[in-house]
Amino acid sequence: MSGETVLTAENLVRTYTTGGGMFRAAADVKALAGVSFSLRAGRTLAVVGESGCGKSTLARLVTMIEKPTDGVLRVDGRDVVGADYQERKRLRQEVQIVFQDPYGSLNPRKKVGAILEEPLRINTRMSAADRKERAESMMAHVGLRREHYSRYPHMFSGGQRQRIAIARALMLQPRILVADEPVSALDVSIQAQVLNLLMDLQDEFDLAYLFISHDLSVVRHIAEDIMVMYLGRAVEHGPREAIFDAPRHPYTQALLASTPAVEPAHRRERIALTGELPSPINPPSGCAFHPRCPFATDRCRTERPELRPVHGREVACHHAEAIADGVATRKGATAAADASAAQ
Amino acid sequence: MALLDIRNLRVEFRTAQGLFPAVDGIDLTVDEGELLGVVGESGSGKSVTMLALMGLLPWTANVTADRMEFAGRDMLSIPPRERRRLTGAEMAMIFQEPMSSLNPCFTVGFQLTEAIKVHQGGTRRQRRDQAAELLQQVGIPSAASRLSAFPHQLSGGMNQRVMIAMAIACNPKLLIADEPTTALDVTIQAQILDLLVQLQRERGMALILITHDMAVVAETARRVNVMYAGQQVETRPVDSLFDNPRHPYTAALLDALPERASGKTRLPTIPGVVPGIADRPGGCLFHPRCRFAQQRCKTNRPELESDRDGRVRCFFPLDRGEPTDWPEDAESRGSAA
Repeated sequence: MSGETVLTAENLVRTYTTGGGMFRAAADVKALAGVSFSLRAGRTLAVVGESGCGKSTLARLVTMIEKPTDGVLRVDGRDVVGADYQERKRLRQEVQIVFQDPYGSLNPRKKVGAILEEPLRINTRMSAADRKERAESMMAHVGLRREHYSRYPHMFSGGQRQRIAIARALMLQPRILVADEPVSALDVSIQAQVLNLLMDLQDEFDLAYLFISHDLSVVRHIAEDIMVMYLGRAVEHGPREAIFDAPRHPYTQALLASTPAVEPAHRRERIALTGELPSPINPPSGCAFHPRCPFATDRCRTERPELRPVHGREVACHHAEAIADGVATRKGATAAADASAAQ
Repeated sequence: MALLDIRNLRVEFRTAQGLFPAVDGIDLTVDEGELLGVVGESGSGKSVTMLALMGLLPWTANVTADRMEFAGRDMLSIPPRERRRLTGAEMAMIFQEPMSSLNPCFTVGFQLTEAIKVHQGGTRRQRRDQAAELLQQVGIPSAASRLSAFPHQLSGGMNQRVMIAMAIACNPKLLIADEPTTALDVTIQAQILDLLVQLQRERGMALILITHDMAVVAETARRVNVMYAGQQVETRPVDSLFDNPRHPYTAALLDALPERASGKTRLPTIPGVVPGIADRPGGCLFHPRCRFAQQRCKTNRPELESDRDGRVRCFFPLDRGEPTDWPEDAESRGSAA
């Protein structure tokens, strides 16, 4: 059924321990510090953010490569964290992933046929003839030709390899597909082909996509819902129109303004973000964004804002309303033109 | 007079399958203080063109050109000793991966002063002061203390700033930036692009910005060179290129951008892939992927011809998405406007 909720995540946390070697004390890194969302069949949720914001950690949790440190993850209404081995094995078939680098994610020693059939060999008791049939029909779905079945990955271009990776992910007929930067390694003309393929497959198989990307123009094209992340937390989460037409979190605004645009009409007043992403080992107090935020006040430095509904989306900012109305003032000299960006 | 003047540049690589033309007939002129954008997909020859100019290609490459002049000097017949004096001083280059361009075994300050030592000399203290000042100019906070940092201690954006500082250390007349922001996050990309444009303006230096990202070019460059499979297919001022592209490849590339598509619809794509060493077509290199290809495109190779405010390599250049002189009255000759 289209629109049915297939995955829910509540307050997911993942902590890693680093260091602890000869020269450094052990430290905890909160790669993911409490993220909640749900995925629905036939719809796409895009996760946007810079490197180190926790997008890939999120992908590893959702695909059950790693267990969350804390929080609830449900696939098809079943709890993943508390599930036993057999149950997890079954649930894993529902969630598949396509990685960023189509050169690194295919085994160079295996032929395309073997790559596509491997999930079936491991997870089902299908006969060799059935597996081959399934592989060939999936190849047709993703636009690969029959004779490609017995070729090796190195004989394909980047775009075609990504098609193979997508076909492999769909072999077990999953309901959820996690796409971790699936087009960022591809050229523009090829990128368009792969995006079209992903949209066609979503319509055909009623897939729920978790689309991880840093490219906002791609996200705007493919996703219905968008979650912007910063340092392990969601800072803004809502429908595409709300986020792109009137971003309320200063980080979302800066991200949109930093993205270069071809159309002069799409260009926004650059909100120059000073500084870089702080280290997640020692995140700033209060709002994690405050050292780079042009609107930061004393409250931001001490009290961490929670996600709360503002104008049809959720924002984690103390000053979301003031920023929206153009009332908040910037520290810097470029205080002028954000009222227009906010409207 | 143009600062850089390249006519009919050809670079061939000797490979096991014979000679492969990676760059095939590039004309390039850059005036002093100009900002030129070069766009193309991977394999279009944009990096090889610049490496040929810098003399950084391996011995398997044959570089030929009708003319290759930089600041009045012939770069084809220049002795290696003199070329080394030019490279890094009068023309400098920064690369895509700042992390792998810097030597991980030496401090940033050592690598920065090394460039100054080779080209300008001076005392150790002078060099160190100059290095600190350069780091400050490229926007690195507490610059003097960063001189003793190793590259792994700095972020990707900071390392790219160090690379830029190194490149501008000897006041080059020409800076070539090869995909300078591709490995960086968007907010950092914006900072680095702003820095490059600001330095270019302040120092009156010419800047060639190589990128695959149409949007980056649209926001920074004033004139654009579009490349495809080793050939230049179109060159013109940025506004008219994006407003009314004349070459079908440029037009198709712009249409394929998600930004130009409205809503969740299918994107117009370019079928096929960029031809490689084994499958270079005859005639126009783009014809197997071109919507408007005619018989003539399959047999004859179009020349780069003057066209309105730029140049285009096409028998039937587009006007508002429609080919001109196509197909009935196209028999006599192509449309050299």
